Amino acid sequence: MTPPTKPKLRIATTSLAGCFGCHMSILDIDERLFALLELVEFNRSPITDIKHCGPCDIGIIEGGICNAENVHVLHEFRKNCKILIAIGACAINGGLPAQRNHLDLGSCLTEVYLTEPGLEHGHIPNDPELPLPLDKVHPLHEVVKIDYFIPGCPPSADAIWKFLTDLIAGKTPELGHGLIKYD
Amino acid sequence: MNSSLTFQLDGATIPFADGQTVMQAALAAGHYIPHLCYHPEFKPHGSCKLCTVKVNGRTTASCTMPAEAGLNVESEIEELNALRRTLVQMLFAEGNHFCPSCEKSGNCLLQALGYDLEVHSAGFRHLFPDRPLDASHPDILLDFNRCILCELCVRASGEVDGKNVFALSGRGITKHLIVNAESGLLKDTNIALSDKAMQVCPVGVILKKRVGFSVPIGERRYDQRPISAQALDDAPRQSDAGGSCAACEGTP
Repeated sequence: MTPPTKPKLRIATTSLAGCFGCHMSILDIDERLFALLELVEFNRSPITDIKHCGPCDIGIIEGGICNAENVHVLHEFRKNCKILIAIGACAINGGLPAQRNHLDLGSCLTEVYLTEPGLEHGHIPNDPELPLPLDKVHPLHEVVKIDYFIPGCPPSADAIWKFLTDLIAGKTPELGHGLIKYD
Repeated sequence: MNSSLTFQLDGATIPFADGQTVMQAALAAGHYIPHLCYHPEFKPHGSCKLCTVKVNGRTTASCTMPAEAGLNVESEIEELNALRRTLVQMLFAEGNHFCPSCEKSGNCLLQALGYDLEVHSAGFRHLFPDRPLDASHPDILLDFNRCILCELCVRASGEVDGKNVFALSGRGITKHLIVNAESGLLKDTNIALSDKAMQVCPVGVILKKRVGFSVPIGERRYDQRPISAQALDDAPRQSDAGGSCAACEGTP
């Protein structure tokens, strides 16, 4: 009789108002991905191209919340994931997109699409398929409960590896000097 | 030094001289207490409260607490580090601290304390205040978004440079750094690049222009070693009291 195999942990990942840099850093754990895949399987993620999140053990979210669709996706993750991790500067404090927060959204859209030189015939995009932008960009923890944060822009592959392996081993993840970075 | 002039810090015996604070004696004896608005060359300010310790069971700022014989001081305990973590988080949430695009990243005391205390997130709701820059001066940029109101520039400009270029104005959440000129602009002051006020900002408010990222991120001061290991380098010892300050390296 073969010994019972431990079920793999299920992980989902997504990028909201992010640049996919944190996902690139996840891929940057390189050959350790093979070791990781012994322990986990991926659900919704750009890696699998699964479009909706099923029940998962860990959700990893890059980017802040800048539009209505981001809010829906974040709620889908929170509903389905036992543990939710905010990864990277944008997920944690809004990051670069949040630098519009002290500006008026209408003025931003007007300047970008209407009044910039060379945009005489431009218009503010209004296709109903496009999610509406929020007036402010928010960090994830302002919208749902976030269990863990991995800071960095992006966090290094070593930081992600340390964090995930600690978590999977059932330890409180710690980064320590050299791995904890905000830049 | 009188051998009876000692106190206990986390179980270690710390000698002190008359007139020293708990912070000064601890640093001089090679014991680190986290701090942000304290600077070895200036009169203690006691505002950031990062250096809070327990003295005989009661919490107090170690930078302003006079050392006394026989005190029992606790600093490196989880209860206090949890409070320090919250203070750092509140400072991050109150300003606009976007480290990836900040020229001071890697040389920033606030950030380095966050690293040391394992602060992974500000936790609180971010205020995202509107604080316009002052880029009026040809050689100096002021980015008020990162100001933590430590008054080090105020103290340096007043006490050392004798110019009083900076001051704090307002109360409570509206308190902010101002420039002492009728126009309110730095270009209309007599600040100079060689001023002490140019060297002491612990965060990225007072920046020399055209320096930017000439030292790349990853090769900066607190990228090398944690602040707890480096702060002792800045503490005045008997031989170099009032001397140069290694913490000022990042802002020439």
